[in-house]
Amino acid sequence: MFPRPLPEEKPLQRGLYVGFVALILILWLLPLFAVMLTASKTADEIMAGQYWTWPKHFNLIENFQAVFAQTNMWGYFINSLIITLPSVLLVLVFSTLTGYVLARYNFKGNALVFALFVGGNFLPAQIMMIPVRDLMVSVGLYDTYLALIIFHVAFQTGFATLFMRNFIAALPDELFQAARAEGASPWQTLRHVVIPLMRPALAALAILTFTFVWNDYFWAIVLTQSDAVKPVTAGLNNLRGEWTSAWNIVAAATLFVAVPPVTMFFLMQKHFIAGLTMGAVKG
Amino acid sequence: MSELWKRHRNWLAPLLFIAPGALLFGTIIIASSFESVWISFFDWDGVGPKTWAGLANYRELFADPQFYVSLKNNVIWLVMFMAAPPLGLALALLVNQQVAGMRFLKSLFFIPLVLATVTVGVVFGWVYDPNYGLLALIFNLFGATAPALLADEHAVTFAVVVAALWPQIAFCMVLFLAGLNNLSPDIIGAGRVDGARGWNMLWHVVLPQLRQVGFIALAVTVVGALRSFDMIAVMTSGGPFGSSEVLAYQMYEQSIFSYRFGYGAAIATVLFAIMIVFITWYLRMMVRLEKETR
Repeated sequence: MFPRPLPEEKPLQRGLYVGFVALILILWLLPLFAVMLTASKTADEIMAGQYWTWPKHFNLIENFQAVFAQTNMWGYFINSLIITLPSVLLVLVFSTLTGYVLARYNFKGNALVFALFVGGNFLPAQIMMIPVRDLMVSVGLYDTYLALIIFHVAFQTGFATLFMRNFIAALPDELFQAARAEGASPWQTLRHVVIPLMRPALAALAILTFTFVWNDYFWAIVLTQSDAVKPVTAGLNNLRGEWTSAWNIVAAATLFVAVPPVTMFFLMQKHFIAGLTMGAVKG
Repeated sequence: MSELWKRHRNWLAPLLFIAPGALLFGTIIIASSFESVWISFFDWDGVGPKTWAGLANYRELFADPQFYVSLKNNVIWLVMFMAAPPLGLALALLVNQQVAGMRFLKSLFFIPLVLATVTVGVVFGWVYDPNYGLLALIFNLFGATAPALLADEHAVTFAVVVAALWPQIAFCMVLFLAGLNNLSPDIIGAGRVDGARGWNMLWHVVLPQLRQVGFIALAVTVVGALRSFDMIAVMTSGGPFGSSEVLAYQMYEQSIFSYRFGYGAAIATVLFAIMIVFITWYLRMMVRLEKETR
């Protein structure tokens, strides 16, 4: 291990170390604490310019209630769910199929197709913005959930294919030889050999794709317009424009937007990190 | 029919498997990117008919001072973002100890990474507020007045990049932590026997083993820098007077706000050309590293 592990028999040294790390952590997350503090204040305190004092009256619950009652955040939140959940599901299905074929079939052009998936997934969104927007307008999907779902599924399939292909390629060859010897069809091999082994990969990919799609802002403002379909990210930015001086409300809404990805992260931390680092680290 | 299927299923089935993902990605991502190049040769308001303009959009672009401001800002993003891998590595080294409670502390360090960029933008909007922000608080402690960073055309890009570095450093930290957990104990042990310590150990024994993770960290950092859009849109809308725009933002603004889709497409094409250079480098490195580890 590097750095050298702190010796077990020196509890003072270990205690000082944890204290030091905690101090760095507080500085690291200071901007976030600032938002939490603001979200706990009353409008009066904000009006009086008291941003950094400890809240006189703890107002977090009331501010959240105001967010739900007086803004459309709840509606945006539901929109985000309607966009994100089907996208994640479809990405998992498509990328399992593409990853399986690219990992296990040696056809001509395999490397090229794989390179296109990998390379395409690095392209900044603005490069494809005009044609995608035009396409959605011309097929009548502009400003619908479906426009965002279709785009997110297409784009995330690039990264997901890279991920799945590497995972399936790392499975032992013997499994596939045995399946072939038994005369299993490609579908049977996929269904009974590959998919049962994919659980960790599917979990990791699900949490990553969820975070990517949930946090998208660019496509939300390019492909939607009306409040009825807008996701939370675009909603939050609108809210900030409309409630310029009510910082306590904006702060509460900001926390609300962050809740799903942060919760998902803490629930599935192991998978999230395994997913991000997969391919980066072998073994 | 079923006879025919059985005879050909070994190539038909994989074709059917790969078709939905490949068609979707091929048309919406790959083909659209190339279509942007085609559109860049036209005058187009996004609604009416396109009229052929030849290279006029490019001629105008290369004479547009805003283009050079955006390009310069792209370079600033790229250069400043290079701080993310070393700082991520430093944080990873800091927390890489097995002490009670460390797992929880570690995961708190990752939070910026899972926040939406819009959230990060809104949060740092607070930090930089010249009257009540965190920065103002710090300046006031020393009896000074905080500068209005986001309103200063010389400082604004730097301020936005610092905000964007927050999640990027967390990303690199996650990658390096995974790399540190995967170090070969034998090589580290051999290094210790040879008397390598501290910096020496890090430089000569640890870093060579982190090459692959370092490569990924560098690649995601370059992509992150070139993709910068959300933070600019949320924190400054490109202002003041376009001084914080990058190519991606200028492209968006020209298309969506000025209805100049042909001109926007020309900017997208320049960005595309830059990305192709990067992607070619990445794919070649990936192939080389894959060969090395086999």
